[in-house]
Amino acid sequence: MPFQNYYYMKHIVICLAFILTLSACKKDIIESTDPGELTVEFDNIVGGQNLQLNTGTYTNSSGESFSIDLLQYYISNIQLVKADGNIYTVPQDSSYFLIKEQDVTTHKAKLKVPGGEYVGLRFVLGVDSLRNTMDITKRTGVLDPSGGMSNGMYWSWNSGYIFFKMEGLSTFAPADPNGNKKIRYHIGGFGGYSSPTINNIKTIQLDLKTAGTAKVSATKRTNIHLLVDIAKMFTGTKDISIAANSTVMFGAVSTDIANNYTSMFRHDHTEN
Amino acid sequence: MSLRQIFVLGILVLLIMACNKEVIEKIASFTGFQQAPHFPAPVYNITGNKPTQAGFELGRKLFYDTRLSRNNTISCGSCHIQSAAFTHHGHDLSHGIEDRLGTRNSQPIMNLAWNTHFFWDGGVFDLDLQPIAPIINHVEMDETVDRILDKLRVDKNYPALFEKAFGSQEINAVKFLKALSQFMLMCISDKSKYDSVQQQKALFTKEEAEGYTVFKTHCASCHKEPLFTDNSFRNNGLSPRSVPDEGRSLITLQASDQFRFRVPALRNLSYTAPYMHDGRFYTLEAVLDHYERGIRKSNTLDSILQQNSKTGITLTATERTQLLTFLKTLDDKQFITNPILAEQ
Repeated sequence: MPFQNYYYMKHIVICLAFILTLSACKKDIIESTDPGELTVEFDNIVGGQNLQLNTGTYTNSSGESFSIDLLQYYISNIQLVKADGNIYTVPQDSSYFLIKEQDVTTHKAKLKVPGGEYVGLRFVLGVDSLRNTMDITKRTGVLDPSGGMSNGMYWSWNSGYIFFKMEGLSTFAPADPNGNKKIRYHIGGFGGYSSPTINNIKTIQLDLKTAGTAKVSATKRTNIHLLVDIAKMFTGTKDISIAANSTVMFGAVSTDIANNYTSMFRHDHTEN
Repeated sequence: MSLRQIFVLGILVLLIMACNKEVIEKIASFTGFQQAPHFPAPVYNITGNKPTQAGFELGRKLFYDTRLSRNNTISCGSCHIQSAAFTHHGHDLSHGIEDRLGTRNSQPIMNLAWNTHFFWDGGVFDLDLQPIAPIINHVEMDETVDRILDKLRVDKNYPALFEKAFGSQEINAVKFLKALSQFMLMCISDKSKYDSVQQQKALFTKEEAEGYTVFKTHCASCHKEPLFTDNSFRNNGLSPRSVPDEGRSLITLQASDQFRFRVPALRNLSYTAPYMHDGRFYTLEAVLDHYERGIRKSNTLDSILQQNSKTGITLTATERTQLLTFLKTLDDKQFITNPILAEQ
C-alpha cells in the first residue's frame, strides 16, 4: 500500500505540475494581450543640444544663430506595428496630442494599447484633413479651434489647424516695426476643403528594432523615447535661411519646411 | 343696454383683444427653422443643431453682447445691423474695436444656412467656425473665445440660459458657437416680393417683370435664384487697390484664384450699400456702370464678363431702369424689421 500510495502521489504531482505549467502558459497569453500603458515621449533637441526655451542659442544649416521662445506641434493618428506586420491603430478620438515645449506634461503622448511587442511606430505630424473639416462637437480638447491664446494652433481666417509652430529671435531676421528680429514658422495646410491647396500633413514612420522594441503589458509602463531635432526644419530637402525666410506661414515655403521636418524624429531608446 | 348686454359685449371685446394679442405674438414668436418652399435644401446640417427657442434666444443674446470684444465695446450686431440687413450700412470698410479699420466690407447675416463658404474669400466652410475669426481678429473684436467664456461664466444670467438651451449650466466653446449658429440660421430672408411671386401669392408689375427678364439674361448665371448667388468665387474685373486684396487665392494659394471673391447675394440691396468686397460703390448705378465700362482685364477675369471679344455687360437705359426696378422686389422689409431678430 505505501508503495502504491507513493506511486499515486507521484502521478498527482506530475499532473499538478502539468496543470500549473498550462495555467502559467495561459496566464502569459492573457497578460500579453491585456492592454497596457504606452507613452511616446517627444524630447525636443536642437542639433546636439537640449532645447532651452529663450536662453539657448543655436545655429541652423545656413550658419545663422537663433533662439526659440515657443515650440508646439500636433501628433495624431498613432499606429503601432507588430513583429508579424499587423498594425494596431489607436482609436482616432483618443489619438490627438499637442506637444508643447513649455509644458512638460504634454511631452508624452499617453496611450492604452494591447499588450505585445511592437517593432514600429507611425504617426501624423499635424491633423488629418478629415478632422480639419469635422463638426465642432468632434473638435474638443487640444483640437478646440477656439482655443485662442492658450493654444493658438488654428487659423480662423483660413479654417484649418496649424500643425507646427516655432517662434523665436534671430539677429539674421529683418527687424519688425517694433525693432524686434523675430522668426515665426507656422506650418499648416490640410489640402483645402473645396479647392485643392497645399497639403503639409506628414506621416512619420520609425523603426523601433534598432534602439529597442516596445514590450507592452498590463503590469508595467513602456515609454518610447524619441529625440526631436528641431534644427532639421531648416535643412534636409531644402535649406531654409532665416535671412530670406524669417516668417513662414501659409505659403509655398511652408512645404519645404514640412518636407524638412519629417526627418526631425529619431528613436533614441525604449524604456520597457 | 342692459347690464347683461354690457357684460356680453365686454366679454366679446375681451375675446377680440385676446385674439389680436395672440396674432401679434404669433408673428413675433419663435417658429423654428422653416424653409421657404422655393428654397433648396440647406447646406448647414440643421438636424445636428436644430434651432430651439432657448438656443436661438441664447444665440441672439450673445450676438448682441459687447462682451464678445476685448474691451466690451462692440458686439456682432455692431457691424451687422438688422436695419441694414445685418451689414455695416454706410461703411465701405468695417471698423471694429477702437475704430480700427478692416480691409473688407461686412457681409449680411442672411440665409447663411445655404452658404457653402463664409467671408469674401471663403476661408471658412462651416458656420459654427465662422464667429472665431472676427472674435480674434485684432481689428474687429480682438478677444479670445476662452476669455469670453470666462466672462459669461461669472455672469448672473448666462449659466441658466445655457442650461435652458443645452441641458447643463456648463459654458463651453461648442455650446457658445452652436448657439450663435442657431441665431444666425434663423436670419432668413425669404419674404420679399420676389418670394411672394415665386409662391404665386403676388404678381410682378410690368416693369418688374421686364426687369426680371433682363436679370435672367444678364445676371442670373452668377446670381443664381432663389438665393441670388451660386456660392462661387469670381473676378468681376474690379481694379486692384494700391495694396491689392487677392481674395480667394489667399486661401487656396492658386494663381488662378487671384482677385476672385465670393458672388454676393442680391437680396436686400436697398439696405446694404455700399457694394463689392471693399465697398467701393455707393450706389447700384455705380455698380452697373462698372459692369458696363469699368471692367479691368486680367488673367483671372471671369469668362462670362468677356464674351465675343468684348468685356462687360451693356444694358440700354430702359433695361437698366427695369433691372433696378426688379432688384427692388428682392428687398425684404419683414426681415429687417422682424422683432425676434432684434436686440431685446
